[in-house]
Parts: sequence; C-alpha cells; structure tokens
Amino acid sequence: MNRRLRDVPWAIVMLLPSVALIAVWTVYPLVKAIQKGHLRCDVTGTKCRDAGWGRYWDVFTSAEFQHSLGVSLKLMVLTVPVGLLLGIGLAVLADKHLRGIGIFRTVFSSTVATSVAVASLVWFTLLQPQIGVFADLFSGWFPVVKNPGLLNDANTALPAVALSSIWANLGFTFIIITAALQSVPRDLYESAYVDGAGSVRRFTNVTIPMIAPTLLFVGVVLTTRALQTYGEIALLTGGGPNPEKPTTTIPYLIYGRNSLIHNDLGTKSAAAVLLFLLSLVLALVQFRGLEKRVHYGR
Amino acid sequence: MAADTVRGVRKVGRYALLVVLAVIVLFPIYAVVMQSLKTGPDSLDHPRSLLPVDLTLSTIRAAWDQGDLGRLLLNSVFVSVLVTLGVVVTSLLAAYAFAFLHFPLRGPLFIAFLATMLVPAEVTVVINERTADSLGWINSYQGLIVPSLASTFGVFLVRQVFLQLPGELREAASLDGVGHLRFLWEVAAPLSRPTLGALGLFTFLGTWNAYLWPSQVIRGDRAHETIQIGLERLKNNDISKINLVTGGLVVAALPIFIMLVLFQRQLVRGLTAGAVKG
Repeated sequence: MNRRLRDVPWAIVMLLPSVALIAVWTVYPLVKAIQKGHLRCDVTGTKCRDAGWGRYWDVFTSAEFQHSLGVSLKLMVLTVPVGLLLGIGLAVLADKHLRGIGIFRTVFSSTVATSVAVASLVWFTLLQPQIGVFADLFSGWFPVVKNPGLLNDANTALPAVALSSIWANLGFTFIIITAALQSVPRDLYESAYVDGAGSVRRFTNVTIPMIAPTLLFVGVVLTTRALQTYGEIALLTGGGPNPEKPTTTIPYLIYGRNSLIHNDLGTKSAAAVLLFLLSLVLALVQFRGLEKRVHYGR
Repeated sequence: MAADTVRGVRKVGRYALLVVLAVIVLFPIYAVVMQSLKTGPDSLDHPRSLLPVDLTLSTIRAAWDQGDLGRLLLNSVFVSVLVTLGVVVTSLLAAYAFAFLHFPLRGPLFIAFLATMLVPAEVTVVINERTADSLGWINSYQGLIVPSLASTFGVFLVRQVFLQLPGELREAASLDGVGHLRFLWEVAAPLSRPTLGALGLFTFLGTWNAYLWPSQVIRGDRAHETIQIGLERLKNNDISKINLVTGGLVVAALPIFIMLVLFQRQLVRGLTAGAVKG
C-alpha cells in the first residue's frame, strides 16, 4: 500500500474518540449557537422567527446586553490589574533565599486549591451582614459591611465579587510568576549589579522584561476568567441586588436562574456568540499590543 | 557594620511584610475552618469565633448529614475519576496519531483541532444543554461525564512529548513487528508519564471544581449532584445556620488540599507548561 495511506485506518481509529467528542460538544454547539443567534423569539420563547444577522446588532445594542457588558468590563478592570500587581508583589517578595520562605510560598499558593464554588461560599460566609465575621470586625469603620452588607449594596456588590475573585486567583498568579522569576538567569542580575544598577533599576530593566511573556499570559488568563465569571455571581449575589443588578455579568445574563432571557434560546445564543467574540478580540488586542514590548528571546 | 545593620533591618522588615500578607491571604480560610469547628452559637460569636477554643466536630457532622455530603463526594469522585481516565486515553490515542502516523491533511486537521481550544464552555453550554436534553441525559452521570471526555489541550500536551521521543524508537519497533497499540502502551505512554501525571491532575481538578456545566445539566437531582453544586443547598437554609456552610466547605475543600500537597510538583509543572519558556 502507498506509504502515505498505509496509516489511514489506524489514524481514523485513534482520532475518532477525540474528534467525535469535540465535534459534538464544541464545534456543533458553536455553529448551532451562531445559527440560533438569528432568532427573534416572543416572551415565552416558543414562537421564533429568523431575523438574520441584524439580530446580533439588536442583541448587542439591547439594554440588557449593554448593561451586562458594562458589568463584565468593570469586573475585568477591578480584577486584572490588581490581581497582576498582587501576584508580582508577592512573588518578588517571596523570591529570596530566606529561612522559612517555603512556608510563605505555600501560603501564597494555597488559594489555587479553592474552586469557584468553595471560594465564593467562603466569601459569602465572611461577608454575611449581621452575623458574618467581617460585619463584626469592620463595621466600625465601614458601616455598609453590616447594613445592608457589601453584597447587598448596589455600589459595593461588584467590588465584593472582585475581592473574592482576586483572592481565588492569587494562588495561580503567584505560582506562575514565581516560576518565571526563578527562570531568569542569575548572571543577568550580576552583570546589572556590576554595571551599577540599583535594586529598582534591576527590577525594571532585568526582571520585568524577562518575565514579560509570563505576565502577558497571566493577564490573558485573568481577563478570560473575568469575562467568564458565572459561579461567583450565582453563589454570591444572584446578579443582584435588584433593581440595579450591578453584578449581572454576561455569563450570568445567559445562564442565571432568574435571568430575563432564561427561556429565550435566540437571545441566549446571540449573547453567547458575542461573549465569544469579545474574549477573542480582547485576547488578540493584548497579544498584539504587548508583543512588541515583550522580550521572548533567550 | 552600618551596612550589616541596614541589611538586618531590611530582613526583619521583609519578614514582617511577609507575615502580614500571609495572614491576610490565609484569613478567609482560617475563619471558615474555625467556624466549622464550633457549635452553632459559638460560630456566630465574633471575634471569639476566630480563637481555637471549644472545638467540636458537631457542625461538620451536621453539615454532612443535612447536605448528604457523602453522596455528593461520591458523585464528584466517580465523575472526576472517569473523566480523568477518559481524557488520558483519548489524548494518548489522538496524540499518537498526530505524532507518529502519516495520513493526508494531518497538519490542517491538527490546526483545526487546536483552534477549538479557543471556544470557551460559556459559549457552548447554551446548545449542549439542549443536546443533553434530547439524549435524555439531564440529571444523569452520562450528562456530567461524556461531554468532557476529550481534551484538545491534552492532545496538544501529549503530542509535544511524543514529538520529543527519538524517531528511531518507533522505527525499531516497527522493524520488530510491534504494532501501534503495543508501542503506545509499552513504550510511548510510559516514557511520557510525567506529562500524563500533570494532565491527569489537571483534568481531575478541573472536573472536580467545575461549576457551570454541572449546574445546568443537573437540575435539583440530589442523586447526581456533584459537591460543587450541592454545597449551595446548605446556604439556602436558615441564615442563622450559616455555619453549616462552613462545615460543607471544609468537607469539599479538604480532599483537594490534600491532593495538592501530595502532588505539588506536578501541579507547578502543569501550571507552568504553557506559561514559562525554557
């Protein structure tokens, strides 16, 4: 048999499980969602008609989607820069040969073990108004912690969700940046030192350029996670407090139990596709904009 | 000597800062663990609830009974173990085809495969829920397990390792008449054990911690709920019994903490696989 074709039967057998599963549970739903996104449905979600590609524009400009888009972007702005800075700060601080530094590294990595549900319920418990630990410890300085509670006040609900996310992501950020710091060749620091660079110059001119690819990666991951925030909202606020709904992120608009579009397949599909495009564009912008300044070479 | 003093002061300052930050990061976990080890009234008596006194397991026991946590843990273990085994097997097979077999369109197919990594679950769940519904898989183990049995990332990761194996290995094996499956099972897979370990650990953690898909495919059926979505029931109880949630949290998080302590190296290796060069 032809050498090029000899392996074909085996290739089919070995690829079939993965290809079939990805086709049914990733490609098909994406294509189908793009298609269903054309549908305009009545309130019950039963009578639908095809409204064409224009339907995407209608959904994008609808009050609900614009609101959730704003919430998701705000959450991104609240979590990504702070998360990155905290990760860098902790990693740099713990990147020294001090006695007992291993304990600190373990502590700073620890939140990687918490799932979305566990982290959210931890903060739900702590932030309970009236009976939570925070209410008793901090209500002297911040009355809002006790009444109505950070999660129940329209101004503080989203920052409180962000706090929970930042904390939950810290372990991941810390572990990755620590690994990056350890891969920076020590002789670079030594030659910078010999050239008379102080610790601040060594940090800005050696450390940051050398770990920039990692920071870019962490930034993209944190951005993606912020845009995909669902479980935190379901468990902490349910999208509320009402009527302002300051925590109804795009995923919660799509999947939330008490979402306005819960039964509207067309709008849900369109919103999901728009969310996909948004994550793609943001990741692309980050790679494009930062790549020029990022140092990949050895 | 002055320089020594400055260095000493700096060192103390650094330790002090590290301790303060460690306390802040650990505080939420500490507070929840302490509350879970108190009786109901004691757990609400702040800040005394934070002191390690009057400890009892009664809250955890009550959460265990009321939340049916044993059942939830069993469901999570069952689902996570099967998904992990499935992902390792499907990734090994597909990675082998992409690394060692010759067939038309291998390159384009691999690129197309990788591209699906860009599609997040948040986009596909809308339709997958309907697919699961039409298959009768709502409130079932199949619904939790089957959609997660293949991983593009896994295929990519294992293929990378396979490509680094010396090509002569495969050639020698085929000269000896060793078939593909035997070569995969007896040579290629054992040689990539560290990567398979990292892939397995990550798949297990990802499945164990999953929230969105289980919350959509399991609709209030306690027999099939995973621990992540089942915990919420404890929250919906009487607000003065909030300490039950803390008991549930400890039960849900403990297995993962233990796992991560045991597999710390694999975790760091896996986390940094795509992130750090060299």
